[in-house]
Amino acid sequence: MNDMTPIAKVQTTLKDWETDQEVRWCPGCGDYAILKAVQRTLPEIGADPAKTVFVSGIGCSSRFPYYVESYGFHTIHGRAPAFATGLKLANPELDVWLVTGDGDGMSIGGNHTMHVLRRNLNTQILLFNNEIYGLTKGQYSPTSRPGTVSPTTPLGSVDRPASPCAFALGAGGRFIARAYDVSKELPSVLKAAHAHQGAAFVEIFQNCIVYNKDVFADFTEKAGAAMGQLWLKHGEPMLFNKGTKGIALDTETLALKVVDVVDGDWQAAGVRVHDEKNRALAHLLVEMPFGPFPMALGVIYDDPRPTFEAAVIEERTRAAAGKTANLAKLLSKGQTWTVSADQA
Amino acid sequence: MATVLESEPEGHTGGSDHSPAPDAVVVRFAGDSGDGMQLTGGQFTLSTALAGNDLATFPDFPAEIRAPQGTLFGVSAFQINFGSTEIDTAGDAPDVLVAMNPAALKTNVGALKAGGLIIADTGEFNKRNLEKAKYDVSPLEDGSLEKWQVLAFDISALTLEAVKPFGLGNKEALRCKNMWTLGLALWMFDRDRQPLIDWLKGKFAKAPVLADANIAALNAGHAYGETAELAGPLKQYHLAPVESEPGLYRTVTGAEAVSYGLVAGAQLAGLDLFFGGYPITPASAILHNLARLKEFGVTTFQAEDEIAAIAAAIGASFGGQLGVTSSSGPGIALKGEAMGLAIMTELPLVIVNSQRGGPSTGLPTKTEQSDLYQAVYGRNGDAPMPVIAARSPSDAFECAIEACRLAVQYMTPVMLLTDGYIANAAEPWKVPDPAGFEPFPVTFLEEPNGPDGKVLPYARDEKGARPWIKPGTPGLMHRIGGIEKNPGTGNIDYAPASHQAMTNARKDKVDGIAAGIPAQEVTLGEAGGKLALVGWGSTYGPIHQAVRRARRKGYDVSHIHVRHVWPLPENLGELLKSYDQVLVPEMNTGQFKTVLRDQYLVDAKPLNKTSGQPFTIAEIEAAIAAALA
Repeated sequence: MNDMTPIAKVQTTLKDWETDQEVRWCPGCGDYAILKAVQRTLPEIGADPAKTVFVSGIGCSSRFPYYVESYGFHTIHGRAPAFATGLKLANPELDVWLVTGDGDGMSIGGNHTMHVLRRNLNTQILLFNNEIYGLTKGQYSPTSRPGTVSPTTPLGSVDRPASPCAFALGAGGRFIARAYDVSKELPSVLKAAHAHQGAAFVEIFQNCIVYNKDVFADFTEKAGAAMGQLWLKHGEPMLFNKGTKGIALDTETLALKVVDVVDGDWQAAGVRVHDEKNRALAHLLVEMPFGPFPMALGVIYDDPRPTFEAAVIEERTRAAAGKTANLAKLLSKGQTWTVSADQA
Repeated sequence: MATVLESEPEGHTGGSDHSPAPDAVVVRFAGDSGDGMQLTGGQFTLSTALAGNDLATFPDFPAEIRAPQGTLFGVSAFQINFGSTEIDTAGDAPDVLVAMNPAALKTNVGALKAGGLIIADTGEFNKRNLEKAKYDVSPLEDGSLEKWQVLAFDISALTLEAVKPFGLGNKEALRCKNMWTLGLALWMFDRDRQPLIDWLKGKFAKAPVLADANIAALNAGHAYGETAELAGPLKQYHLAPVESEPGLYRTVTGAEAVSYGLVAGAQLAGLDLFFGGYPITPASAILHNLARLKEFGVTTFQAEDEIAAIAAAIGASFGGQLGVTSSSGPGIALKGEAMGLAIMTELPLVIVNSQRGGPSTGLPTKTEQSDLYQAVYGRNGDAPMPVIAARSPSDAFECAIEACRLAVQYMTPVMLLTDGYIANAAEPWKVPDPAGFEPFPVTFLEEPNGPDGKVLPYARDEKGARPWIKPGTPGLMHRIGGIEKNPGTGNIDYAPASHQAMTNARKDKVDGIAAGIPAQEVTLGEAGGKLALVGWGSTYGPIHQAVRRARRKGYDVSHIHVRHVWPLPENLGELLKSYDQVLVPEMNTGQFKTVLRDQYLVDAKPLNKTSGQPFTIAEIEAAIAAALA
C-alpha cells in the first residue's frame, strides 16, 4: 500500500541465475542446496536479474552473490545490512537480498541486523545458521549450543546461544520465518519472504559438514522429522507427527504445550490455529525450545508495516515540495552585506 | 587609549605604522557554559561582518553540555579578531576580555595582552563563585589585576533593572545578561543594533516577552556605554571597513562551507547526494546542515554507528549516487575497514574528517591536525587514497567540490580534512557563483564494454578509473567485493600476477591524480630562498601572518600551503629543494614533516604544538627568527 510500483515480472529459468564462477563451498555443504533453492525461486517470482542485488558480509554464506547472475556486492564482515540500506535508499526499485550467517549477522554484525529490522528496510535477509564459524576453521559461534567443543573452546563453550528468530522479532522484525537447507519447503518460504513488503528475516539451518556436521539432524533427518518439525501455515492448526500431536496454549501459565490429537479432532485437543499476524504467538513460537517441542518452521510471523525507504522518500518529497534547488540562492541566504566597487 | 587597543605590535620593527584608530582588535567573551557566550560571540561576529570588518573567530567551549555552574572547567569562551586589514587568525592575545564570572576571569586572564581591558560582572564575584574558581580573595580587589585595566560593575543588577518591566523570574531575567553585555560591546565598537534586534524578534517570535526583555537588555547595555559617567578605560572605537573585493558577502563556518561544497560538488557531477553520518563532535554540524537541504537531491541517513554510516554511503555510491560520510578521528578509525572496501571496489566516496585532539576520545571540542597519518596511511594493505586539506572555513567550500571531483573522476574514496577550528570558526566569505565552477558530469556505463557483449567492471580509462555501473542497468550484471580480483572481469582471482597488477593499478591511479591538480604555488614570498614554512590545513592563518610580519622585518622567508596532501603536487619536491631550510608548523608531533621527508628526502624540520589551541602568530614568528638567526 505504501510502497513503490512493483517490479515488472521477467521470464527467466534457473539457468539464467547461474554465473560462470566455480562454486567454492566444501562438497556436501548445505549452502549448495540453499543456492539452488534461491535460483529456483527467482524465476518463479518473476525476478529481473538486472534489478536484483545480492548483498553479503563475510563468511562461507557471504560468497553467495558470486554465484547468482544478478548484481552483487560482497562487502565486509557484519555490515551488509548497512550497505543494503544505502543502496536501497539510492534506488528503491532494486530488489535487494541480504545473505548472512550466524557469525556475520548475529555476532560482528548484530547491531546492523537489529537496525535493519527496526527500520524495516524492504529486503530479504537470509541468515544461514550453522552454529559454527566455518571459514575461519571451526570456532564456536554465538548460536553454538553450550558445551560446543571447538579450537577456541577446547573444554566446551560456556555461554548461552543467541536465538536468531527471537532476536529478529525482538528487534522489531515484521516477517520471521525458518527453514533448513535441504527442505523442499525452502522455496515457498523464500517466496513468502519476497512477497512481504519490509524486512523479511529468514533463518535457514545449514549443515556445515566439516566443522559442525549434523547438528540439526535430530529434526532434519527422516527419523526425527515427523516429531521434530512443526510447519506453520496461516489459518491452519499447528499440528505435527502426522496430525497426532499439536500445539496448544496453557492459559494458566501463558505458555505453549504439546497435546495429543485423537482421531484428528484437533479442536477437542485444544490445538491452536496459526495466526501469522499474532505477534504474541510469534514470540512464543520463536522461543519454543527444541526437544520438549518440535522446531517451529515456515512463516512464523508476517504482518507488514510501511517500509523505511518509503518513509524516507515521503519525507524527502514533503520537505522539497514547493522549493527549488537553487544553489546560488542558498549560498546567499541569511544575513549578507554588499561591498560595492566604490567602497573597495 | 594607551595600550588597550593598540594595533598589532609591529612597533618594534622600527617602521611602525601607528594610527589613532587600531587596525585590529581581539575581543574574548568568557563565561559559564550556560551564559550563552557562543551565542553572544556569534551575534557579535555577525555585527562585525555587517560593519565591513574582516574577522576570524575561535569558539572554545568545554565538552560538557552544562558543566556545573561557576566551575573552572565549565568556562566557555568565544574569541574574535576583527579589523580594517586582512585578518587570518582569531588573534594571539585578546585586547578585551569580558569575564562573566570569576572562573571565566581566572581561566582567560592569562591570555590577555598587558594593558588590556577586563570587563567583569561584579554581581557574579560573590563568595560562592570565588570559591568555585579557587580564589581566596576577589581578584578585583586584591591588586592582582594591576597590569590590566579593569572595568568592573554589576552587570547582573543592571540587567535585572533593565528587564524589570517584563515580569520575568529572576533566573530568566538573568539570562538576558549576555544581551546586556553584547549591547555594551556593540556600543564600544560603534555598531548598529538593528540587525540584532531583528534577529531577537525572529528567535523569540513565539515568546515576544522574551524578545522584548532581551532587546531591553541589549539597549540598556548600549546606553550604559553611551551615557555612564565613566572615567577610565571604556572608550568607543570605530574600525574602518576592510578593503575587500566588491561583491556579496556573508559569514560562513567550515561546517557550513563543507555542506554547501558537497551539495555543489554533487550538482557539478550531476548526481544526487547521499550522506551517511553518526553524531560526533565536531563533525555533526555537517549532518545537521545537509538534513535541511532535501530539495537539492540530498538524502541524509543517521546510521546506527560510524561503520554503518560509511557502509550506507558506499552502498549508495554502488547504487549510483554520490556517497559521503563524515566524522572525527575516533569515528574515522572505525570506518577504516570500509574505506578499504571502497578502495578495493573502486567506488566514489567522500570522507570528511573534522579532526580533533587525540588519541582515543582525546579532546572532543579542541582542535588538532593529528589525523594526517591516519588519512594517508591508516588502512590495512596497500590502500592508497587521495587526501585534501582545507585551510580555512571558506576554503572548505572549494575543497569539498574538489573532493567530489576526484572521487567521481577517479572512482576512489577521497578524504577531506578539516578540524575543530575550521568547523566551528566563522569568517567573511565572498559568496561564490556556482556557475563559475566547471561541471564534471558523470557518465555511467550503459552498454557492455568487453568482447562478445561481456561486461568488464575493472576495465580502465585513461585516468586508470574503472567504469561506474549502476545496478538496474540491463545486461551489465556483475559482482564486486573486497576480495582480490581479476584485472578486467573483476571475478575473484588470487593469482600472484593479478594481485600484483591490481595493487599497481590502484596505486598508479591515485598517484596519477598529481598530474591533474594545479602545481604548488608559493602562497606568500618567492620560490627559492633561505626558509620556507610549509603548512597544511588550519595553520594557514598564523603561518601566513607570521611570514608576512617576518618579511616586513626583512627576513627571507616564504609560505607554502599545501591543499593536496596526497598525492602531493608534482612540483613540490623541486620547490622545497629551492630553499635552504624547510620548517613545517603543525598541530601534531610532526606528521606532514615526516611525509615530506619520506617523499623528497628534504631536511624538513618540525614546529609542533598539541595543546588543543591553534598556533599564535607570535609562536611562528619566533620560530622563523630562531631558524634564521
